[in-house]
Amino acid sequence: MKHPILSGLLAVSIGGIVVLSLIVMFMEQIKWLLADQFWFSVILSLAIFGGVMTAVAYCILLERKISAWIQDRYGPNRVGPLGLLQPLADGVKLLLKEDITPGHVDRALFVLAPFMMFVVALIGYAVIPWGGTFKWPWMNADAAPLVAQVASIDIAVLYILAVGSMGVYGVVLGGWASNNKYAFYGAMRAAAQMISYEIPLGLVVLTAIVTVGYLLPADQVMDCLRLEGAVAAQSHNGVWLVVYHPVAALLLFIAALAEANRAPFDLAECEQELIGGFHTEYSAMKWAMFFLGEYAHMITSSAFMISLFWGGYTLPYCTELNTSGEWYWMLARMGVFGAKIGVFIAAYMVVRWSLPRFRFDQLMRLAWKSFVPMGLLILAAQILIVHFGWSQWLSPLVNLGVLVGGALVSLMSSTPITGRQQSLLVREKATREKEYELQHAGV
Amino acid sequence: MPASDWKTKDVINVDQPTLTKAERLYLPQIFGGFRTTLRHMFSVHVRKKKVIQYPEQRRQLRKEIYRGVHRLNRDDQGRVACVACFMCETACPAHCIHIVGQESPWPDREKYPAQFDIDELRCIYCGMCEEACPVDAIELTPEFHLVGRSREEMIFDKEKLLMVFDRTKDEKPRKNPRITGY
Repeated sequence: MKHPILSGLLAVSIGGIVVLSLIVMFMEQIKWLLADQFWFSVILSLAIFGGVMTAVAYCILLERKISAWIQDRYGPNRVGPLGLLQPLADGVKLLLKEDITPGHVDRALFVLAPFMMFVVALIGYAVIPWGGTFKWPWMNADAAPLVAQVASIDIAVLYILAVGSMGVYGVVLGGWASNNKYAFYGAMRAAAQMISYEIPLGLVVLTAIVTVGYLLPADQVMDCLRLEGAVAAQSHNGVWLVVYHPVAALLLFIAALAEANRAPFDLAECEQELIGGFHTEYSAMKWAMFFLGEYAHMITSSAFMISLFWGGYTLPYCTELNTSGEWYWMLARMGVFGAKIGVFIAAYMVVRWSLPRFRFDQLMRLAWKSFVPMGLLILAAQILIVHFGWSQWLSPLVNLGVLVGGALVSLMSSTPITGRQQSLLVREKATREKEYELQHAGV
Repeated sequence: MPASDWKTKDVINVDQPTLTKAERLYLPQIFGGFRTTLRHMFSVHVRKKKVIQYPEQRRQLRKEIYRGVHRLNRDDQGRVACVACFMCETACPAHCIHIVGQESPWPDREKYPAQFDIDELRCIYCGMCEEACPVDAIELTPEFHLVGRSREEMIFDKEKLLMVFDRTKDEKPRKNPRITGY
């Protein structure tokens, strides 16, 4: 089929020539646009939107590829080279699939729910520091440097926590509007899980903020709630927060897994339990919106985690990369950030395909009885460190102490946790009672 | 042992051992699990060796025993070997064989199938018909790559089944010596 390819190439080249000539004609205006923070933020937000949509589509391919490699097979490798055009095929299929709206559903909420989940996941990208401060070469020397961020607000951390929590609405609305008791059951479980795991998430984020406030130099302390303040604190001392609080970073990773309804916490949406959970009645594009929203939420929480604990866009010992104001270093920082997000997404996926699923009561017990006490202890220790002015290097010891203490507590207890342990206890009790009866039968 | 207590003494309960204190920590097992999956993920040579990229590469079938599409064997003189005894039709669990028997035009055989239809879409490819046949007339071949554009096309009649024989008799020769001499 030569003609479609030739005509496609012709269209792309003509379009490219048109765009290039437009850029050359309006070069001065474009330079002014890019130098202005507002318009740069607008352009950056469009670029991030486009980038995130592509990334989310390719997350699906990455998930299939990683799960295949773990299972000793190749993933999709037919559609493009190495299967790289598979998301395109998936998108076309989902667009052309029949979009079924069942009869007895609450129509407005049914249509609203997937979009709520998707849009809310996308707003979170506004406050993440992608590249730090920089200047274009055509800007004046005394002009204010640009921030490579869509919005640099004072309370970025609160914003992300608030916006991330709204993901629960999409799930609950999806289950309620489906008019299906199994979907509703799944939605209620998902909502309870997401709300429970907000607490360790908030505690660990609070610990990070207190540490950042402690580590920043005195004149920048009011920056502690900004995400670029967190990054600055980590690059200022050259030590990432994960070194100070390893267990807190782990708790944040696990709480983010649970927030995204991701395995091993995906009881609310897994197929073996509830057919489809809250998305049973959804077909085609609406279902795709739920899953794209889930992946977008994963990427947002990875970016959030990286900014708080793993150094943001900085690398250790690379002062040129971390602090330079040149535009190409800004692009390099964006690349570093993107690579870190890629590593985290791969980690999410490996965790999904390695661990068995938690039962719902095990999940809730983990949140309320394990993570909340651990988060509280770490936070209390950090507050004491800040109050008495002790060295920050006390906190890794506290973290490990909390982990070891938790392990000891779980060893001491003999509460049955798995289903097998419970049924064994019941069986032992039954045999003891039977033996007692047999012994005393003759009496 | 006396018959009165065989219920309690003859049965041995074999249970999984309960978790030790160290196993109750769960964290070492979790990281061991990660080690296993990451090992599989990064072992490219195992994948290259084991994965067969269909349709460019095909699996080596064991032709003597692979249960693909059916064929009706011919005898030495090129006549259909079936004697219309209806054993395969009776044995079939999916009831996909339909035979109409008739007096045969040849002197050395009493009956032959005037009509022998197998609905290949109803068939479950179990091989019961091949096991039931007393004269080894019906066999399952290694052909599995069937394409039909309609359901009617996939009902193989006697000519089609004999054609399958003509195409596969070199790949899979008739397996046993002739039992009845024809």
